[in-house]
Amino acid sequence: MSAPLLQVQDLVRHYTMPREKLFGPPPVVQALNGVSFSIEAGRSLGIVGESGSGKSTLARLVMALDQPTAGSVRMEGRDLHALPPQELRRARRDFQMVFQDPYGSLDPRQTVERIVCEPLAAQGGASAAERRERAGEALASVGLRANDLGKYPHEFSGGQRQRIAIARALITRPKLIVADEPVSALDVSVQAQVLNLMQDLQARFGVTYMLISHDLAVVNHLCDDVAVLWQGRIVEQGPPQRLFHAAEHPYTRALLEAVPRAEPPGARAAS
Amino acid sequence: MALLEVRNLDVTLQTQRGPARAVRDVSFTLERGQTLGLVGESGCGKSITAMSLMGLLPENAKVGGSIKLEGREIVGLPERQLCELRGDRIGMIFQEPMTALNPVHTVGRQVAEPLRLHRGLSAAAARKEAIALLDRVGIPDAARRIDAYPHQFSGGQRQRITIAMALACGPDLLIADEPTTALDVTIQRQILELIRGLVAERGMALILISHDLGVVAQNVARMMVMYGGEVVEDGPTAEVFANPSHPYTLGLFGARPRLGGPRGGRLTTIPGTVPELVDLPPGCPFAGRCRFTIPECHVTQPPPFAVGPGQHARCIRLDAVAAEKVQVAA
Repeated sequence: MSAPLLQVQDLVRHYTMPREKLFGPPPVVQALNGVSFSIEAGRSLGIVGESGSGKSTLARLVMALDQPTAGSVRMEGRDLHALPPQELRRARRDFQMVFQDPYGSLDPRQTVERIVCEPLAAQGGASAAERRERAGEALASVGLRANDLGKYPHEFSGGQRQRIAIARALITRPKLIVADEPVSALDVSVQAQVLNLMQDLQARFGVTYMLISHDLAVVNHLCDDVAVLWQGRIVEQGPPQRLFHAAEHPYTRALLEAVPRAEPPGARAAS
Repeated sequence: MALLEVRNLDVTLQTQRGPARAVRDVSFTLERGQTLGLVGESGCGKSITAMSLMGLLPENAKVGGSIKLEGREIVGLPERQLCELRGDRIGMIFQEPMTALNPVHTVGRQVAEPLRLHRGLSAAAARKEAIALLDRVGIPDAARRIDAYPHQFSGGQRQRITIAMALACGPDLLIADEPTTALDVTIQRQILELIRGLVAERGMALILISHDLGVVAQNVARMMVMYGGEVVEDGPTAEVFANPSHPYTLGLFGARPRLGGPRGGRLTTIPGTVPELVDLPPGCPFAGRCRFTIPECHVTQPPPFAVGPGQHARCIRLDAVAAEKVQVAA
């Protein structure tokens, strides 16, 4: 069996907070407490949990934007946090990120072309003409037009901006895309467009997603596997059908219970 | 006499790009103890509708139609008299508890403020009442925490505090604008249960604004679906969920991934984007994005048609929509 695309082993991240007392030890926040999982290429893992459960810390560590306190993140067998800076930079073409807020994650003073090309520019090697061509392709694959390249982010709606952010992630032809709440800032009808797009891209390019979300229905829709994160630990993991129908951990059950169902009143009690 | 009677409410906002008709021809009535949900996507006019009930619209807004609270006209009331209503007869809960609370005042002072203002209570009496209110909304050890500041509370607790503020004077009408959008699901459930319990206990009327169909389904008896500033469908919640009739309502239901639904299926999307309120075309605001559009849709704004018991939809293509639904079901 080949090595999984992403393998996370005993990942720990503690943050030291500012001292509260002059002579006391500084308080430590244990954001992640030994998280392990792996994702096979072409499959998708959803990470669910509430605010403060460590979801975003996990995303930052997988993206090598932060150093773990202990443990390792391996992409195709290579430990990202042990790579020399030059190699890490080259390795970054294989994993890209889509952020939650399409308003905050696109620089308002840069053209779409510059935004979408930035990962390529950071990698170096590609000529300007080549970059432009790749940017046009990336935009086309998310359903925007090549002549949108000269526009600025404010000329686009929220859903279109999230498409631009996805195009930026796609341009290096990554194997893994870490999406941190990619649709939670979008309206329902636009959410559906972006979720369908993410599905199409997976079918077309075989990208693997690590999808972070608090919305169980979104995860259920898009992921092969779900991990429930609670207080820095994975308390339950499995395929969504099993997890959402026969949850074992009390926290997973509490989470499921709390989701408001779009059913007429009374229907839920009867079922 | 109805507690709240809104007739043909029209709100026009002045924007840089010209006048925008944010709310068009909205009418509804609400009695004490009744609950009403407003659903729709951003920019559909649901918050502006709520703000106009509170008299909190921007100064350049033009309001047409009538809003009557127990027979008294609110539209055009001078600011002084609106101040007497706000926080007294009408309470409001906002989306973001951290911005709704003043970070430099203790929570006790903020909960007591409406009591001092509207009821003229002494500082000591207002403080006592504030402790009782905080206790009722579930702040543990309220007597001790009353002198704490908003940042010393969690997000869910802060929302409980804003609920205590809204309840202070025992309002007849409670407006909750996306009260749980900033909160985690488990906290969301607690807050919605608290609101539901308080509404039943005090016999208030509730207007709940949400983009989440699930939140609306479980918390209100009646709902209105808004799009492009108008109510495209309204009716008893159970009816609208069992028999959604307007193409936009159907679109909203189809676009939402369902928990426990099959994985990997395609979601039904609504093509295009929400129209700009500045240049709304004549006719149905959903025309063009709607699969059932015919030329007549672009001509005049459709009137509400009855589609079920107490249920209405503003659409001239209801027959075609219904025919297709039958086909799909068969």
